[in-house]
Amino acid sequence: MGVSAFFFYVFAIMSVFAGAMVIIAKNPVHAVLFLILVFFNAAGLFILLGAEFLAMVLVIVYVGAVAVLFLFVVMMLDVDFAALRAGFIRNAPLAALVGGIVLVELVMVVGFAYIQPEVAGVAAAPFPSLGSGITNTEALGRLIYTRYVFFFQGAGLILLLAMIGAIVLTLRHKPGVKRQSIAAQNARTVQTAIEIVKVEPGQAIVPSGETRG
Amino acid sequence: MSQIASLAPLFPELTLAIGAMVLLMIGVFRPETDEAGRAVGWLAILVLVLAGAMVVLQPAEAMQMFEGAFVVDGFARLMKLLVLGGSAIALLLAFDDLTDIRQMKFEYPVLILLSVTGMLVMISAGDLISLYLGLEMQSLAAYVLASYRRDQVRSSEAGLKYFVLGSLASGMLLYGASLVYGFTGSTSFATIASAASEGGSANIGLIFGLVFVLVGIAFKISAVPFHMWTPDVYEGAPTPVVAFFASATKVASMALLIRLIFNAFPGMTPQWQQIIVFLAIASMLLGSFAAIGQQNIKRLMAYSSIGHVGFALVGLAAASQEGTQGVILYMAIYLVMTLGVFACISAMRRSDGPTEDISDLAGLAQHNLPMAFVFGALMFSLAGIPPFAGFFAKFYVFLAAINAGLYTLTVIAVLASVIAAYYYLRIVKVIFFDEPKEAFLPVRSKAGVVMTVSAILMLFAFIVPYLPASLISVADAAAASFRY
Repeated sequence: MGVSAFFFYVFAIMSVFAGAMVIIAKNPVHAVLFLILVFFNAAGLFILLGAEFLAMVLVIVYVGAVAVLFLFVVMMLDVDFAALRAGFIRNAPLAALVGGIVLVELVMVVGFAYIQPEVAGVAAAPFPSLGSGITNTEALGRLIYTRYVFFFQGAGLILLLAMIGAIVLTLRHKPGVKRQSIAAQNARTVQTAIEIVKVEPGQAIVPSGETRG
Repeated sequence: MSQIASLAPLFPELTLAIGAMVLLMIGVFRPETDEAGRAVGWLAILVLVLAGAMVVLQPAEAMQMFEGAFVVDGFARLMKLLVLGGSAIALLLAFDDLTDIRQMKFEYPVLILLSVTGMLVMISAGDLISLYLGLEMQSLAAYVLASYRRDQVRSSEAGLKYFVLGSLASGMLLYGASLVYGFTGSTSFATIASAASEGGSANIGLIFGLVFVLVGIAFKISAVPFHMWTPDVYEGAPTPVVAFFASATKVASMALLIRLIFNAFPGMTPQWQQIIVFLAIASMLLGSFAAIGQQNIKRLMAYSSIGHVGFALVGLAAASQEGTQGVILYMAIYLVMTLGVFACISAMRRSDGPTEDISDLAGLAQHNLPMAFVFGALMFSLAGIPPFAGFFAKFYVFLAAINAGLYTLTVIAVLASVIAAYYYLRIVKVIFFDEPKEAFLPVRSKAGVVMTVSAILMLFAFIVPYLPASLISVADAAAASFRY
């Protein structure tokens, strides 16, 4: 058994175990943490396949953003997971049906590739031939920034548009909201910040700009 | 430098995209006042004009970029000019209306510019991916624009409805596109065309894909039975936004449909033809009957636009160069007419705010005879009564359908246009013969110029000697960009 096979089994067993724990764990925070473990193990599997770009993206996007977002939601919102699980037995046949269909589909997809190898050639997207020694990050970069640069930039423009749209529809300028003004803070000096008041005995101190009572 | 020069076919789109970003920066760093909004608006019109100049300056041959994902030909150039012109006029109409409601924010012109960028990408699409990107860029801006008056329930409702139904349509289009890709092995229109014409009879999976893609685009041009959103969105969205939807968006979506059909599915004419014929008949009939009972002028214009899309599709169903030429003429004339009508609608305002009821037009002829004449002329043109241009628009698409042997379709189209004439003429009757109501405020210069120019063009475009022939030859040259 080679080293890569050993690591494959480690990652595979760990991800199946962690995947099961995501569903089984009673504490939702633990479930999200197990989800992060699944992502890390899947990233390890990608590296074994030689897809290091996909592995990095999985860690950065899913662990760094998506899972943390989940964690926020779970912690901020008071989700009653016991109530969500209440109908589990009743809905189990439906879940089994959907799961069965997905399983059959997966078997068909994989099976056809074995039975009819020429199927894979039909829908093969055009892919430029790359010289040896090029990592797949570089290969992706070459494709995205040459052949698909138009689509890439177009998608970027759509994201910009979505951002502008969200701001247009939701930003409200409320009067009387206190905002931090760094310039005003930096412009403060001892003279403007501190006032020396001579206190007469028996008198209250009234800050300048305010009146008593 | 040579690398920049090699981007020459993209210059109009780049102008718009970069212009939008620059205007965004200008708007962000200016105080938020109506004056700043208007200044950005004028700059946006300047950007649109610049992009139009770029389109005009392009060499006359067909060009491709990014391995066919971006196509520039005579058809694309003409449709781009129509879209840019229509958007500039629609933006111009927005100035006064938005200032009235204190909503002339700088984001409005920026959103229009980004939407127009999407439309130009749609018109030049040579690949399913660029088709979808363009469509989505155009629609996303449109959803935001529809709910631009977020303080109004009707406007928010219009935007939400448009967004939900538009997303559904996008989903269908993507599903169809995935089927097409699966059965042809490519997203490029040219490869799809050659794969579709292989082997004689069309593949059933490919036909499924074609149907779903056409459903997605039929939603965008609001052809029946995918029109449900149109009346609500037209009624709820602010009037200048509706003018933009009814003019530029419609032309761009129709151009996309034409390009998709003739570039990607030329070998499947019998398959798409029956879909287009059905859409045409359903749209014409619903557009004619449903508009009769409307009391709100913007709702009426929504049904009118549904009907007009049906008439334009009659030309497309002919599947000939003559038919495409007819559709191009139709969309150009419809663009000018509809902008004129929306200029009139934005002039329907009293001291207590704008009105949209048809009954409020009563006796307009006694208060404001020029506007009454302009409104009447545009209604006659929409109804398709000679010598107005609207008649010639219908004439050329019907002629193409007759020459293609689509007799039943043409008879239905003529009958539908007779029924539709009723509700256009009813407005003329209300304007000229009903008991006068309270007068409108004076027409402002921008709306006045737009409606007058539109009415004059509609009246004289096909009467002045030599002008019709040159219009038709321009449309014909554009239609010759496709093989039939």
